Amino acid sequence: MIEGNGRRIKLMIGLMIVAAIILGKLFYIQIVDEKYKINATNQSMYYEIIYPTRGIIYDRNGKIIVGNKVAYDILVTPREVGPFDTLLLAGALGVPVEQIRSKMAEYDRNRRRIGYQSVVMFKQIPPETYIKFAELQYNFPGFRGQARSIREYPVNAGGNLLGYVSEVDAAFLEKHPGEYRPGDYAGKTGIEAAREQDLKGEKGYHIWLRNSRNQIEQRFQDGAMDKEAVPGHDIVTTIDADLQQFGQQLMQNKVGSLVAIEPATGEILTLVSSPGIDVSMLADIGQHYDEIIKNPHRPMFNRAVQANYPPGSVFKLVNGLIGLEEGTLRPEMLYPCAHGYPLGDHRPGCHGHKSPINLEEAIMMSCNSYFTFALREVLENKKYANIGEALDKWNEYAHSLGFGRKLGSDFPSELGGGLPTTKRYNKVYGKGGWKFATIKSMSIGQGEVDATPLQIANLAATVANRGYYIIPHIIKESEGVEIEDKYKEKQYTMVDASHFPKVVQGMWRAVNSGAGMGGTAWIAHVDGLDICGKTGTAQNSRGADNSVFICFAPKDNPKIAVAAYVENGGFGATWAAPIASLLVEKYLNGEIAEQRKPLETRILQGNLMARVKGY
Amino acid sequence: MTGENFSDRGMKHSVDWRLVVTYLLLILIGWVNIYASIHSEGPASIFDFSFRCGKQFVWILTAVALAALILFVINPGVWQSAAVPIYLFVLVLLVAVIFLGIEVKGSRSWFEFGPVRFQPAEISKISTSLLLASVMSQPGYKITKTKYFLLTALVIGLPMLIILGESETGSALVYAGFIFVMYREGLSGWWIFSILVAILLFILTLTLSPYVSVLVLLGIVALGVIVQGKRLDKWLPINLGVLLLLAFLPRLMGLAAGKWSFLEGVQPLYILLGICLCAATYFIYKGFVSRNRYLMLSALGVVAGIALVLSTDVIFNSVLQDHQRKRIEVLLGIKEDPAGVGYNVAQSMIAIGSGGLTGKGFLNGTQTTFGFVPEQSTDFIFCTVGEEWGFLGCALVILLYVFLIYRIVADAEKCRESFTRIYGYCVAACIFMHLFINIGMTIGLMPVIGIPLPLLSYGGSSLWAFTVLIFIFISLYRQEKKYY
Repeated sequence: MIEGNGRRIKLMIGLMIVAAIILGKLFYIQIVDEKYKINATNQSMYYEIIYPTRGIIYDRNGKIIVGNKVAYDILVTPREVGPFDTLLLAGALGVPVEQIRSKMAEYDRNRRRIGYQSVVMFKQIPPETYIKFAELQYNFPGFRGQARSIREYPVNAGGNLLGYVSEVDAAFLEKHPGEYRPGDYAGKTGIEAAREQDLKGEKGYHIWLRNSRNQIEQRFQDGAMDKEAVPGHDIVTTIDADLQQFGQQLMQNKVGSLVAIEPATGEILTLVSSPGIDVSMLADIGQHYDEIIKNPHRPMFNRAVQANYPPGSVFKLVNGLIGLEEGTLRPEMLYPCAHGYPLGDHRPGCHGHKSPINLEEAIMMSCNSYFTFALREVLENKKYANIGEALDKWNEYAHSLGFGRKLGSDFPSELGGGLPTTKRYNKVYGKGGWKFATIKSMSIGQGEVDATPLQIANLAATVANRGYYIIPHIIKESEGVEIEDKYKEKQYTMVDASHFPKVVQGMWRAVNSGAGMGGTAWIAHVDGLDICGKTGTAQNSRGADNSVFICFAPKDNPKIAVAAYVENGGFGATWAAPIASLLVEKYLNGEIAEQRKPLETRILQGNLMARVKGY
Repeated sequence: MTGENFSDRGMKHSVDWRLVVTYLLLILIGWVNIYASIHSEGPASIFDFSFRCGKQFVWILTAVALAALILFVINPGVWQSAAVPIYLFVLVLLVAVIFLGIEVKGSRSWFEFGPVRFQPAEISKISTSLLLASVMSQPGYKITKTKYFLLTALVIGLPMLIILGESETGSALVYAGFIFVMYREGLSGWWIFSILVAILLFILTLTLSPYVSVLVLLGIVALGVIVQGKRLDKWLPINLGVLLLLAFLPRLMGLAAGKWSFLEGVQPLYILLGICLCAATYFIYKGFVSRNRYLMLSALGVVAGIALVLSTDVIFNSVLQDHQRKRIEVLLGIKEDPAGVGYNVAQSMIAIGSGGLTGKGFLNGTQTTFGFVPEQSTDFIFCTVGEEWGFLGCALVILLYVFLIYRIVADAEKCRESFTRIYGYCVAACIFMHLFINIGMTIGLMPVIGIPLPLLSYGGSSLWAFTVLIFIFISLYRQEKKYY
């Protein structure tokens, strides 16, 4: 044959080339290109999402403060609904019959859009009601109940502390790309938001196979590839549920905040922001959202960690401590007081007490004049080139005491208050355009000094610890839940521990000197508790002065440090000191002593809301 | 069977058992995959006769019986002598089916006898192969002689045209594979080359532009001439230069049109065509004078190529049927139509592509099991292989086919009888064309053309036809082994 063998070889080479092309293309689509695998998954698999139950939130003593309960949504598939007894249904569900009629009419109007889908008719029907409905369900074809896990609040610990859980919105999804999908729930504020990662658990899924007509056929690989939902981690908080509840009661009908910290650990025992969101609204916050938003006292605003309050006289402790550390103030130094700072315009003014006095007495009697002199010595110290430099140094001290910056607690949305700075004054008055007299109001915690109740409470804890604090936090370490190391480390201030005893002594005397001795906080005295405290009365441009009080007890080995801040409450001793001392008493003694019962009643029944202007 | 002819030893050595085993393997693979692809509908057993896998089992049994009949009972000598009557009989069937057949998916190509359907086009492959072998093995046959060439073309062309008339484009296309047989028997390789170039030009014209197409044609021909004339060093640079210049002509003209407005109406294509035609005329003349047949034919080739390019639009829009045009458009990516014509291919590629290296495992395919891929036990059976057995499974199937074809060709080459050799090549060509078109279609290399995958696809008609086709060859080859 004509070159037969050569041609056979050429043909066979051609065959090999074609086979290679086919194999190459197969290699590409089967191994290189992932597109086809993704498409196959998308069109043949249906992922049924299994929602996990959220972690439970416990208090420090193992009491549940946030749990889960089952509620039922009533779903209706309008297409499957025949004529039914609307009265019977309304009776079973405990809703007005008109509501059912109007909803059914609405579904009828939207029947095109709804198609064969089910819609939620009623949300969060409690189980007792659902049982009644379930017994009668056969009367209502097209209606069914769907169980859902929702939050339950056995203790009224306050909505701002706990936070709430709600369906994620578009903005939230954008902030957390890939983590959530529309329809998921997430903690929005408080502990729910702070420990969302632990609480939320992991969604699971069941994979179903569907055919080309979109009908579910069977479990994919008999469920071998399914993922079960992992329940969220339980959280143990540092909160003492009973104390928190008592705190809520004390702060009822007052605007302000109450914070208690265990000084040795930095654990927050109580954190009240008043007025707050009642826990009865939390589970279904969407329903009450308008009501909450319209409240002029802004219950969503968490005053404990966000409010910028002038700390008032409790800030004298800071200035005193700075003076001692700088050496410009010695405990035995005497300063005069003539119903106020005797230089210039006699401001800040002061109340009547003996003069001159030493540091202890100044703290005990909360003398404005004394601390104005003390701060002046700090700021006009020749050590520094000018007052600006001295103020910078002062800022460093104040920072180390936890002011003018965020403390770094694990509470979301914490703010840091504010301090007067050289930069700020230079801007306002021009460089060299201001002197001590210009800014003397900061001596007594007014003017440009702003602090959150948490910072003020932290000051109490710092003094209680004689020189250090542990960053306040609300989450305890427990199995599966870790907390950062910073919540275990002592944060030393720039003030040496040796300077604290005198200050502590002053605070002790303020409370324990007995009525008539000039101590500002004798009302906070509780027999046997050795409470050390400092009152404050801060000016409020929006009406009556704010009542402020910080304290800790007992004097040695303190177990609790408290800050109470009552807007428009007047003198520190009028509202804040009783509130704080009652809280201390409750915590340390477990009950309020008989002779203090009238005080407790006055506080519990006290209503300051009329004095407070809405925002 | 008479014992004296078949000693064990004779059978052992005369029958090419490797072919038989490959054949059986492919049939089994097909059967298992047919079972897998209808699994979700719920046949309890692979033998359940109410399902396709059960029916296929019956087809397989009968096919094996048929194979035994051909191998051991029918005298192999019959095939050559009966080639003409068989061919004519099948031609009659092919025509008759147009009038008497039932319509299946737009083509009248099936006879129906009660529960059994069969397609004459399937047998026609056998009859054509037999007659082709018979004609081409005549003493004195030379394919280069016009008389014989035309006769050969007629034997192939007649059934091909009738089948085209039945709208069975796929089956008709298989006949194009006989060109490889003709090539083996002495047809110039330029034919195959020209066909490939024509297909390339067709695709280029559709996807890019006639200009590019003509440019590529020029390049190919010029290169051919230079290589043939062994004047590589002298002409290649000049040629490249001219081609580059022409390639940038449209851009240059676009720039120039800004200056000289008269250029605006002139299309670059016309200039290119003008240049080509002048050059072609010159080279035809030059080739004629210098008796350089090659040069002359090359120039004629350019003219023919240009004619093809210019008529592409007409062929595409008027000659091709609607669905064929759409399928080609989808293949070439000119149009996307994932819900319509493109659905089959898209789904088929998803099924195969999702198989990965080792596949999802037997009966675990999601695409093929739940009805995403249409025609999945017949024309798209390869999807099931691809999805459930992955790249390795696909490679195994393809290697089995390649081995089958290779072995048939190798056996054919050993034959002294031209008839057997040519018939063997015909068988190989048929299998190759089916293989390439079918698998090419499932992975998006070819347009959707409905022809079965030999031995794997569900269907008695196709299985029987390939069984007969292959076993006639095995029987003929056995004859060779016995007597020579």
